Amino acid sequence: MSDLEDQIGQWRDWVLRRRAITADDAAELEDNLRGRVADLRAGGLDDDEAFLVAVRRMGNLDDVSREFAREHSERLWKQLVLVPQATTNDRRWRDLGVLVALAVCAGIAVKALLALGDGARFGLDVGFAVLPFLAAYFAWSRRPSRLVVATLVGLTAAVALAVNLYPFVDVPDAPATTLVLAAAHLPVLLWLLLGVAYAGGRWREHEQRMDFVRFTGELVVYFALIALGGGVLLALLFATFGAVDIDVSTFVQTWLMPFAVPGAFFVAAWLVEAKKSVVENMAPVLTRVFTPLTIVLLAATFVALLAGAPLATVDRDLLTLMDAMLLLVLGLLLYSISARDPLAPARLFDRLQLVLVVVALAVNVLALTAMVTRIADAGWTANKLAAFGLDVVLCVHLVGTGWLLWRFLRGRGTFDAVERWQTRYLPVYAAWAAVVVLVFPPAFSWA
Amino acid sequence: MHIDKDLVAASATPLVLGILADGDLHGYAILKRVAELSDGQMQWTDGMLYPLLHRLERNGWVSARWDAEAGRRRKHYALTAAGRDTLGQRQAQWDVVADALRQVWSTLQGPDAAGAWA
Repeated sequence: MSDLEDQIGQWRDWVLRRRAITADDAAELEDNLRGRVADLRAGGLDDDEAFLVAVRRMGNLDDVSREFAREHSERLWKQLVLVPQATTNDRRWRDLGVLVALAVCAGIAVKALLALGDGARFGLDVGFAVLPFLAAYFAWSRRPSRLVVATLVGLTAAVALAVNLYPFVDVPDAPATTLVLAAAHLPVLLWLLLGVAYAGGRWREHEQRMDFVRFTGELVVYFALIALGGGVLLALLFATFGAVDIDVSTFVQTWLMPFAVPGAFFVAAWLVEAKKSVVENMAPVLTRVFTPLTIVLLAATFVALLAGAPLATVDRDLLTLMDAMLLLVLGLLLYSISARDPLAPARLFDRLQLVLVVVALAVNVLALTAMVTRIADAGWTANKLAAFGLDVVLCVHLVGTGWLLWRFLRGRGTFDAVERWQTRYLPVYAAWAAVVVLVFPPAFSWA
Repeated sequence: MHIDKDLVAASATPLVLGILADGDLHGYAILKRVAELSDGQMQWTDGMLYPLLHRLERNGWVSARWDAEAGRRRKHYALTAAGRDTLGQRQAQWDVVADALRQVWSTLQGPDAAGAWA
């Protein structure tokens, strides 16, 4: 008997070595194995025979673990190695080589763009100088179909041509408003196009989109960390060269930054790809710290808005402020949703998230109702319309999330529904960004 | 008899939901019930049942709870109200398929046999 126990113990260890299978899954599989062994022994087999047959009946563990990984993509994200043999160390170094080469290309493109000219146009085109190279990396590592590649290249080229051929009318000492708006919304559009490349063309699948959301979140964390470290190095550079009286500011501005910033971005992307499991433990912790704090902040804002005098200035700044607030709330939600096990039962933190959504919406509605009537009197400018449109897009996203969270907490819906809503809504952002980039300039006569 | 794996995959969800409609069960008991219902002709790969059960759980069609039984933890699955709805829909779909197939089989047996069916 103890011999059988030994064998089962070894088998359990072997199962647990697979990252897509958790301890609970292994316990469940073991229960199955024991049931099967008991039945086979009752049928007349001895311990060894029964164990062997039962293990065979369990199926090829690679296949089973792949099936688990497919079902639990949030675990798959934690795996360095999706399934054995998928990625080797060599492959990772080759990936890094390709990525560094592409990063240098992006740096050269940025440098060339800077040589071409003025600030606003640079802001408009910098996305085209960096993101296609990252997309090229994904195209290289994921190998999407030719049709997908051709569509992406065509779309990006069309947008690039359009915004660069638009006859923006600059006011004497500032760029055209619609140009600034286009420059601000273009990265969103390009980023979501990048998502298609990231998904290797399978962008319709919920799991792929969720992975892209995770990728985005982790990228932000990594990039912030690298930027922080870079800032410290830069400060030391200035200090030491200042001590020997050599001015490095020109070098830093014209050579270091154009290469270092895109470079940091690419390295961050590689780190996310190569070390998926490192930071992902940080995202839930960060959201747990900041969700309650944000609730307090929003509640205070709500009281201030109610108690305070009528809104002093109703302009795009306030609208932009509301947008920023909703974006923050959305970021917090996405971070924790993307790292959460969808099968876990409702917890206190899920309730907190619902509170967060409700408070954010309350503040937003309060601010908006005060604004909309006055904006209607003063007339709609491109800026106000863009900010208001984004506000509406974000509000719909949050209302949907809040409603599905509520259903989940009441036991009438699943967390899976909450998750799917997030990824299903992503194209709306691409659509809105496309409207601001492509439709706003002609609609507001290029001003 | 070997049953095509696409057919096994397509029938797995309604089969599991239907079995759970009779009462809560743990994974191995579901497998035994499948074998029983098909006179041992349908033998699923044991390990593949669990990802399927987890998918059903994620969709909210079954709920799961851990119980301690004879010193070991065991996960039991139960059909939810949403699962019952889905089962009803699946049953309607399968009825259509089965009905169409029955007519095809009867024409295969020749017009005389078809007459006997009517």
